[in-house]
Amino acid sequence: MAYADDVENEELHEPTGFIWKYVWSQDHKVIAIQYSTTAILVGLVALVLSGMMRMQIGFPGSIDMDATAYYQAMTMHGMIMVIYLLTAIFLGGFGNYLIPLMVGARDMVFPFVNMLSFWFYLVSVLVLLASFFVPGGPTGAGWTLYPPQAITAGTPGSEWGIILMLVSLIIFIIAATMGGLNYVTTVLQARTHGMTMFRMPLTVWGIFVATILALLAFPALFVSGVMMLLDQTIGTSFFMPDMMQFGSQLDYSGGSPILFQHLFWFFGHPEVYIVALPAFGLVSDLISIHARRSIFGYRMMVWAIVSIGVLSFVVWAHHMYVSGMNPYFGFFFATTTLVIAVPTALKVYNWLLTLWRGNIHLTVPMLFSLAFIVTFLVGGLTGLFLGNVVVDIPLSDTYFVVAHFHMVMGVAPILVVFGSIYHWYPKMTGRMLHDGIGKLHFWITFLGTYLIYFPMHYLGFLGMPRRYYAYEDYPFIPESAQSLNAFITVVAIVVGISQLLFLFNLVYSYFKGAPSGGNPWRATSLEWLTPETPPKHGNWGSSLPVVHRWAYDYGVPGAELDYVPQTTSAEEVPVHESDHDE
Amino acid sequence: MTFAVILVAIVVVSVLFHFLSPWQATPLASNWGSIDTTITITLVITGIFFVAIVLFMAYCVYKYKAVPGRRSEYRPENKKLEWWLIGITTVAICALLAPGLIVYNDFVHVPANAVEFEAVGEQWRWSYRLPGKDKTFGRTSVKRIDENNTFGIDPSDAAGQDDILIAGNQIHVLINQPAKALLRSKDVLHDFYVPQFRAKMDLIPGQVTYFWFTPTVLGTFDILCAEYCGIGHYNMRGQVVVDNASSYQKWLSSQVTFADVLSGGTVEGLVDQGQRLASSRGCIACHSIDGAPSLGPGWLDLYGSQETLSDGSQVKVDGPYLIESVIDPAAKIVAGYPPVMVAYQMSDEQLDSLVAYIASLSSDPDNSMSIQPSIEE
Repeated sequence: MAYADDVENEELHEPTGFIWKYVWSQDHKVIAIQYSTTAILVGLVALVLSGMMRMQIGFPGSIDMDATAYYQAMTMHGMIMVIYLLTAIFLGGFGNYLIPLMVGARDMVFPFVNMLSFWFYLVSVLVLLASFFVPGGPTGAGWTLYPPQAITAGTPGSEWGIILMLVSLIIFIIAATMGGLNYVTTVLQARTHGMTMFRMPLTVWGIFVATILALLAFPALFVSGVMMLLDQTIGTSFFMPDMMQFGSQLDYSGGSPILFQHLFWFFGHPEVYIVALPAFGLVSDLISIHARRSIFGYRMMVWAIVSIGVLSFVVWAHHMYVSGMNPYFGFFFATTTLVIAVPTALKVYNWLLTLWRGNIHLTVPMLFSLAFIVTFLVGGLTGLFLGNVVVDIPLSDTYFVVAHFHMVMGVAPILVVFGSIYHWYPKMTGRMLHDGIGKLHFWITFLGTYLIYFPMHYLGFLGMPRRYYAYEDYPFIPESAQSLNAFITVVAIVVGISQLLFLFNLVYSYFKGAPSGGNPWRATSLEWLTPETPPKHGNWGSSLPVVHRWAYDYGVPGAELDYVPQTTSAEEVPVHESDHDE
Repeated sequence: MTFAVILVAIVVVSVLFHFLSPWQATPLASNWGSIDTTITITLVITGIFFVAIVLFMAYCVYKYKAVPGRRSEYRPENKKLEWWLIGITTVAICALLAPGLIVYNDFVHVPANAVEFEAVGEQWRWSYRLPGKDKTFGRTSVKRIDENNTFGIDPSDAAGQDDILIAGNQIHVLINQPAKALLRSKDVLHDFYVPQFRAKMDLIPGQVTYFWFTPTVLGTFDILCAEYCGIGHYNMRGQVVVDNASSYQKWLSSQVTFADVLSGGTVEGLVDQGQRLASSRGCIACHSIDGAPSLGPGWLDLYGSQETLSDGSQVKVDGPYLIESVIDPAAKIVAGYPPVMVAYQMSDEQLDSLVAYIASLSSDPDNSMSIQPSIEE
């Protein structure tokens, strides 16, 4: 713990003045809030776009949206939600805020690079949004940006929109890399006295492994983005074969469209876990704290996170079963994909076994956590359809896929984001979020999203293809399917508007919320033990905390309280045998 | 209590919805009933896990709701229980995977007696090719595609001379005869998807992909594009007609071969030439010729009409306007249509023929051929 010793001997240089404290800030907590705020705001743009799409699907022609605008909205909604909201908020938001606090560090190890990470992220968002204002509008290539159509004339925004999208992604990846190197190094090097790897909260484990995935997976997107940019601008043929465009020959020759798909999904599948693993970690902590019970099978949970992370690199082609790749790949990728279900299922079991014989407080963070389990369960089980190659063949490219991935990597992680914000907001602001508004927001969001996406799977069974602007005159689609689509749209609009409750709560409680004190949830992990709330620059005052135990000592027999903070020594309360140093 | 009840309700409603929902797989019309069976197996196994897990959760939430003064049990792990759960899950995963891989093995092995046909996709229409009497397709290349050779067949390849070319959107196949679909794209990714057949596969420019099926029900089925291919994706539809032997032969005998096309392309009227051009250059993918709504202005009764442009001004649709709209589409956009068309390079003769063809499209038969386009150079 050389780092911890060194840090304590250094003097703290607290920034002065508004600009250095809140704008060009190098403090991980400020950067976290900058990241989260930007992510939520750009996420709202994506939410509005989805509402417009749903209006067109549920009530065709009701808003003035042509096919061009529909496909542009579809593309921007998907990309913003996956990259600029979820990835950014889990790693840049929660990663930044919680890693140093949870491992007992004063800050990230490279604070200046951390600051740059946010500003690069902000630039990437602005470049992306700028594409709404260029000739031809944003790209409508679908969030997967498959060539050749992404850069040929039949696709909206194939001249300027796609360039800005690719440039934005490249800038985002630079931002994510700068942040990611920080998170990994901080976890490995800057843990405080006594904080062994196996005493870290699962939140840190989830974000740590997800960040390693990001550092290994994003380069694949980076190179494919650069290659497509060259294809589009100077006429190289990385992904472009001999081909026509509306009856004329194009100058491209010899490239491979399917190469892009391999590169994209080599990034794209780990990306699912870049979002999911932090959610797994955060929700594990929420469940343990609010059920007042030690997380069940901590070591198994860690190994499950690690093995999911490793396996996530050998399943990518399950997105490509009907892509025309060599069909024999299907045997391999179906097997690896279904194998990954085992550690994932174990996590679900252990969350449930944490509830079992617990003392469950149905607080708002807990409600969101339980809703996450239900939603993630449905999304995970439907993943077994799509991962099993032959079952995927009729369902791929249908609404079953849309329902599946919205459940598993849209709604489920967002429920964790909400739960976590309700949980850690008191630490960030010193005030509680309003409980009644929180519960209303929870019920509309949980039940609403279930009503949207559960029936949607059945449109997929029916065979309705996704990415269709309209479904006129297809005899195999019964008229009742349109009624279901209208129902889904109505619920989606209600759920979308109800998110204003959450925004209102964030602002209202900042000024009027009940004071929370330093540890309102009676939790054990270090972030709740800071000398001040919100924590000041440097987090810990003059000396770093000293850790004597894991983060899950709830309900320890013989202890005075039902929770034992990580800083409590073994002399005061004995350390459980499973919490031994390695 | 409330939360536990709602969890139970979610299980009950979800299961009821499954059995009562009118939205189920569209009736099967191919040999791939085995794929439907794997879906059923998956539904049963995942359904059991879904019901069991949510009900157990409801039980925990009900039974272990916080009581002041109570402590939770302190038992951080139970290795035996965890290994049991891993074991059960692994068995269930194997029960899903094994039948899936067995059926997939059938899917990747095309029967020896399968008859080949080729489906060619382009934005946003389908065309087809049969290998002809020699049962061998002629070599193709995108570089050879022009308005006389829309399939890009190598004329020097003897195997291509008897290839049967079907330019329309409709293909016929024989009932109970295994069919191997060879898939080729001229431009971007597409996907050949007939919901009733279950199987589907992408088309990729630059390579030939394939899959097989045996149609088992007579009738006409829609072919949908299931891989996003640009703005007309949702409207890229073809049809597959499943015939019995006699009607299949009747249909087959009326089709033309590549050799016919090569020799027949001599003198033809301006209108015929324009029609062929409109088809080969893909114009009719976005411009309907029968009055149906389409991405660009429909051509029926277009010639001679007054249209309002996006800037509010009026234009009379005549030869010069149509020609300008082909070679510089963005110059004058008809109000209500997106500015998505690309500029086309065509010879003056080709432009004349296209105008003549558009002028010939009238819903009033007396009127149709009477307008002769006046081309001003």
